[in-house]
Amino acid sequence: MAAGSAPLGGHPRVQRPHLSKMERMVVTMQDPDQGVRMRSQRLLVTVIPHAANGSDIVEWLIQKYSIAEDEALHLGSLLVQHGYLYPLRDPRRLELRPDETPYRFQTPYFWTSTLWPAAELDYAIYLAKKNIRKQGALVDHEKEQYHQLRRRISHAWDLVMMQAREQLRAAKQRRKGDRLVIACQEQTYWLVNRPPPGAPSVLEQGPGRGPCMAGRAPMVRALRACPRPPPRPECSHLPRPYLKFSSQHGPHDPIMSGCLPTGGPGVQLRPPGCASVVRSPHPENLSFWEACEELRHGGQARVPALVDAVYQQFLAPGAARWVNIDSRTMEQTLAGLTQPHRHVLDDAQRHIYLLMKKDSYPRFLKSDLYRDLLAEAVVPLETKRRVFPFTRKPRHSSPSPALRPASASGEPVGGDGDGET
Amino acid sequence: MDQTFLVNVFGSCDRCFKQRALRPVFKKSEQLNYCSLCAEIMAADGLHENETLASLKSEAESLKGKLEEERAKLHDVELHQVAERVEALGQFVMKTRRTLKGHGNKVLCMDWCKDKRRLVSSSQDGKVIVWDSFTTNKEHAVTMPCTWVMACAYAPSGCAIACGGLDNKCSVYPLTFDKNENMAAKKKSVAMHTNYLSACSFTNSDMQILTASGDGTCALWDVESGQLLQSFHGHGADVLCLDLAPSETGNTFVSGGCDKKAMVWDMRSGQCVQAFETHESDINSVRYYPSGDAFASGSDDATCRLYDLRADREVAIYSKESIIFGASSVDFSLSGRLLFAGYNDYTINVWDVLKGSRVSILFGHENRVSTLRVSPDGTAFCSGSWDHTLRLGWAWAAKREL
Repeated sequence: MAAGSAPLGGHPRVQRPHLSKMERMVVTMQDPDQGVRMRSQRLLVTVIPHAANGSDIVEWLIQKYSIAEDEALHLGSLLVQHGYLYPLRDPRRLELRPDETPYRFQTPYFWTSTLWPAAELDYAIYLAKKNIRKQGALVDHEKEQYHQLRRRISHAWDLVMMQAREQLRAAKQRRKGDRLVIACQEQTYWLVNRPPPGAPSVLEQGPGRGPCMAGRAPMVRALRACPRPPPRPECSHLPRPYLKFSSQHGPHDPIMSGCLPTGGPGVQLRPPGCASVVRSPHPENLSFWEACEELRHGGQARVPALVDAVYQQFLAPGAARWVNIDSRTMEQTLAGLTQPHRHVLDDAQRHIYLLMKKDSYPRFLKSDLYRDLLAEAVVPLETKRRVFPFTRKPRHSSPSPALRPASASGEPVGGDGDGET
Repeated sequence: MDQTFLVNVFGSCDRCFKQRALRPVFKKSEQLNYCSLCAEIMAADGLHENETLASLKSEAESLKGKLEEERAKLHDVELHQVAERVEALGQFVMKTRRTLKGHGNKVLCMDWCKDKRRLVSSSQDGKVIVWDSFTTNKEHAVTMPCTWVMACAYAPSGCAIACGGLDNKCSVYPLTFDKNENMAAKKKSVAMHTNYLSACSFTNSDMQILTASGDGTCALWDVESGQLLQSFHGHGADVLCLDLAPSETGNTFVSGGCDKKAMVWDMRSGQCVQAFETHESDINSVRYYPSGDAFASGSDDATCRLYDLRADREVAIYSKESIIFGASSVDFSLSGRLLFAGYNDYTINVWDVLKGSRVSILFGHENRVSTLRVSPDGTAFCSGSWDHTLRLGWAWAAKREL
């Protein structure tokens, strides 16, 4: 499915790495000492050696990978669905039953990981053999396929029939047990490669991904020139920022505390500092910061107008909401305004942000205003288990954001959802 | 019902001018089309005397090894070791609480609206649907003219959606409730790539879109004019995913690709500022940690990994011997303590980010999980799957700590 042949100067991509992992798994399972318990299975009058019970397989997976029964059953089912294990009785259904049902390991010849093209001709021969053996009593979808193939490759049909008869004749000379096993193996292979309608195809893939084409010469040059990372002090403290962040916000993590989704305002993770900064001695700082955000993320066509507005409001000498930026940044910013672009205010914005972070925000955290806000904040009550959590209450729809009239300037409407239903 | 995969472009080679099958080659941010012979010559281009591709390859490996040694010398302690003293998480019981049925084919992508309730999803048959996750009603639906719509995103205002896939484009549809209006009529084509669109995201407003494509590049576009504002070259293969940094002053995003690399980009300059290459296979999904100091990735090698941006290295691997299928989609819980990952073996595994252990495994989907996002308020998560459904889940904590 991937386009092109071998990649140039790059490395080949491994197709479907999970298949080779499954291979290794089934090889481990067949280990005579450490593997799954094998026994001989009696089917009517024949005895098939090296068979394993569904329950033994599940038990082995539980022991080997230290997983629970449901996961072991799921993993075992995947092995069967991919054709690495096949059921001896009723081989039409590729599923794992955790009971006495006997399974055998697929021969490497038919392993899915070989990724043979499973050509039409091979399928035709298989169906022809089956048709002859069952004297025309094929399953519906197989019968349909058989007729379709007969029409499509009618020119090669003689070859198909000849091959089918030859293979059947050769099979007759084998012991009954071997014949049965080979038939099961082949059937499983075709169930994987030509799943019946309604069954999911495990071989299905998304759109082809291209080969890796990294050129080697430029990469080596970059690596040679790469500066060594600067030695960082207190390296052992490095993971601590995550611990701090997660422990700070953990109690407010609704998925962890079992808080139900209300469809309305949840507990805000972001402390309501914005309102306070507006009330602080320097409200113009936040307004300036927001205007810079609008410039950076706004429409390209509005850049000149926005830059002009920001200059008039915040940067011009004597402006109504003049922001206090250091002289050097101010000089550079004003110089850049002659050729306005999206990022012309980045330096000034960063300066104001650091100012708010170091100055206004810490002051806010110590203020009475903040303490009052905390006292009022709604803490999610630990909800009792209700038998039918949502079916009793009639669910009302909330107005979609799309219904709100879009503002003429194209500003993002409805950002943080405070107090909305 | 036709599925087009990668198509070979035929034409005149930019170097030898012969009529051949062409592949795109990037030289100093400029895209040229070379035939396979000239591309091979170009790959060997820049070789000095005494250099061969083989010698360069071994030199590259040894340089990488030296870099790793230097990093190790900084005595960084592994994350899970420092987290030993952190209290273990209680038992979680997470189940499917809602199922959204309506897509006729594989669900490939989904995104939440900022109102924490609505979401948009796209599927293989070209259908893009906007749902109300609480009532499970469908509010809007549009059919794209292409199949395999692998990317979709909700605008921050909630007034538009963006989507794209095998059409190599990203299109924006405004959402209105006017019954007389045909949603497809107001469609606006914004991004144009030379291969499939794998991911898209609005930046902080409705006016800009960031895209990732199978042509190996990411790009930033102005929605109104469709103008390309910045392009990002550096991946050696298809780019499969991207995520914008949550930082207030930051102007960066991370992308992951088939070259097994996760790259962090500066949106202003277009340069790659950091790159991580520890995965063993394609990176299907990347997501920033809520504080912006790190990001997680999910890959076909069946592992998820956490990369610290300040330490400039991988700090945790989330893997288990029993998990052998690739992770297709990852997302953090609100506090960053939990990492939800959807896998191609139809399950969702929930990891303890700090301790590196698995907290829970969720069953329910009947085919591979292709997309997974935690809601903006962190109360629920939604997963989309090839079994044509989307499932919403949230937890009851069985063990409560007071």
